[in-house]
Amino acid sequence: MLELALKGSKKFYGWLIALLVMAGIGFAFYVWQFNFGLGITGMSRDVSWGFYIAQFTFLVGVAAGGVMVVLPYYLHNYKAFGKITILGEFLAVASLTMCMLFIIVDLGQPVRILNVWLHPTPHSVLFWDTLVLNGYLLLNIVVGWKVLEAERNGVHYKSWLKPLIYISIPFAVSIHTVTAFLYCGLPGRGFWMTAILAPRFLASAFAAGPSLLILLCLFVRKATNFDPGREQIQSLAKIVAYAICLNLFFFLCEVFVALYSGIPEHIDHIKYLFYGLHGHGLLVPWMWTSMGLMVVGIILLVNPGTRRNEGVLAAACVAVFTGTWIDKGLGMISGGFIPSPLHHVTEYAPTFPEIMVTLGVYAIGAIVLTILFKIAISVKEEING
Amino acid sequence: MKRNRREFLKLAGITAASASVIGVTSGLTIAEASGSGAAKPDTTILAKNKKALTAKRWGMVIDTRKLQTASDIEPLIAACHKIHNVPEMTNKNHEIKWVWEEEFKHVFAEQEHELVNERLRHLPFLVLCNHCKNPPCVKACPTQATFQTKEGIVMMDFHRCIGCRFCMAACPYGSRSFNFKDPRPFIKETNKEFPTRMKGVVEKCNFCAERLAVGKQPACVEASEGAIVFGDLDDSQSEVRKVLNDNYTIRRKPALGTGASIYYIV
Repeated sequence: MLELALKGSKKFYGWLIALLVMAGIGFAFYVWQFNFGLGITGMSRDVSWGFYIAQFTFLVGVAAGGVMVVLPYYLHNYKAFGKITILGEFLAVASLTMCMLFIIVDLGQPVRILNVWLHPTPHSVLFWDTLVLNGYLLLNIVVGWKVLEAERNGVHYKSWLKPLIYISIPFAVSIHTVTAFLYCGLPGRGFWMTAILAPRFLASAFAAGPSLLILLCLFVRKATNFDPGREQIQSLAKIVAYAICLNLFFFLCEVFVALYSGIPEHIDHIKYLFYGLHGHGLLVPWMWTSMGLMVVGIILLVNPGTRRNEGVLAAACVAVFTGTWIDKGLGMISGGFIPSPLHHVTEYAPTFPEIMVTLGVYAIGAIVLTILFKIAISVKEEING
Repeated sequence: MKRNRREFLKLAGITAASASVIGVTSGLTIAEASGSGAAKPDTTILAKNKKALTAKRWGMVIDTRKLQTASDIEPLIAACHKIHNVPEMTNKNHEIKWVWEEEFKHVFAEQEHELVNERLRHLPFLVLCNHCKNPPCVKACPTQATFQTKEGIVMMDFHRCIGCRFCMAACPYGSRSFNFKDPRPFIKETNKEFPTRMKGVVEKCNFCAERLAVGKQPACVEASEGAIVFGDLDDSQSEVRKVLNDNYTIRRKPALGTGASIYYIV
């Protein structure tokens, strides 16, 4: 099926070339970072994880979100989603590719990465995270590819795939749970130390992933001869509506516990993010924007009138995706480090080279997504045509 | 080879071996790191040094009554940083600190209040790795590059560390530093007896394991002229236990259950 990725229009090739250029630029900046060290980033002794780990965390969510089309189709026999499960699975593959790359670019000694498996350490959550992420990636590649191949050949997929499909569902939950456990099990980091972190990560994942999928479906319908379907898009929209409401609810639970208990260690981070602390408030406008976008998303998605209008729906999805990105991709990680355990306020902002490396990784993810979607949609067009 | 070196590093904490020999036995990696010319490996040095100081669990009591001003504390920091090749980074974000000073409101943030005693408010506190009984950093490390010796010292294997900085997020005391760039140009005078580090790895205080191994007290203890007492917390006859018994001491963040091995007389 790989040959399907090679037959494309001029626009398709133009887009791929643009992405390759972006990836190349990002790689050049990465070479600089590789030679100089992580000192070219905005990270510091106090804020020792930054933009890279935040993108990783957000994209684990997008990857996990793919399960929102797999689960209703395979567990509830919701037939309509059969048409688009492949898109959810391939979106997960592209997201996980980026997750891996963000981990690698964040390492101080990336050539030693295999030490994680050469010296397996079960008491480290990071060890488990590498296992579930690689497992979920492999499951999605195998299941996605094999089911699509069977569809192309007009046969039912092989029965040995079924257990893999079922396993992939708890795996999707596990990748974001384990990723949350990276943070919420650390003593002395009051912002993350909350049992609601993993559920909140999942809620924001099931909002961010499907909202991106809706936008991709709308684009696919416009740009190709394959229509993912109105019903499918509307069902996804309902999923996003529930998930974004839950995300905000979980967040408010967290805010209540912190503010009402009045424990400084828990309040200070929220204060820093939303009001500024000791005169430092770099993220304040971002966090309020994020909240605003999520609220707008909720209003537009919960209201059936606006949700059913696909133009408005697209805007709502952009709002939800951007809002959750700011929440996780900007605030969640550096917010946990500010103030530091010694109560110093060292602010963090990504540097230009750091942003370029990040864009490079996103470009590689977009290349993977483009090629996989091209293959999937070409197969769908073949069958319909 | 890798395994041998690791075993050796562990051993260095509990047996005798001068740091210069570490460079020799571990071959290229450390020899290159310390810049010393590699001599032929001599395996006999793995034998235990008779003068080595040993303990079940090393710990420290810092008597802040005897360390009143910054000038009392600076020689201690200088002694440590000099022998351990700790670089003086120009960018504050890239700072490497094994032992340093902080104010009360930062060291004991959860006990700070507006009526805190004037002396304490302005007193410089010496802070370093707490060599926790239950070290969160060791739990977090995905490669066991940071590990706990049988004597309770939390150590780093600079050659195994992948630089993921999970340990830095895990440490509730901010005791760990990361080499954001090559530290070697920022070392004023290199001590050839101890390895320098490369970019991309985490480092921190090692309770002077390399000095204990040859019968010497930690550098900061030696420089403190009696203000710091170092010894075996599990030995009821040790001086450190006597000091703990005679004085009221506090530890940093006891509520977290890390079991810090650094005690402060305030």
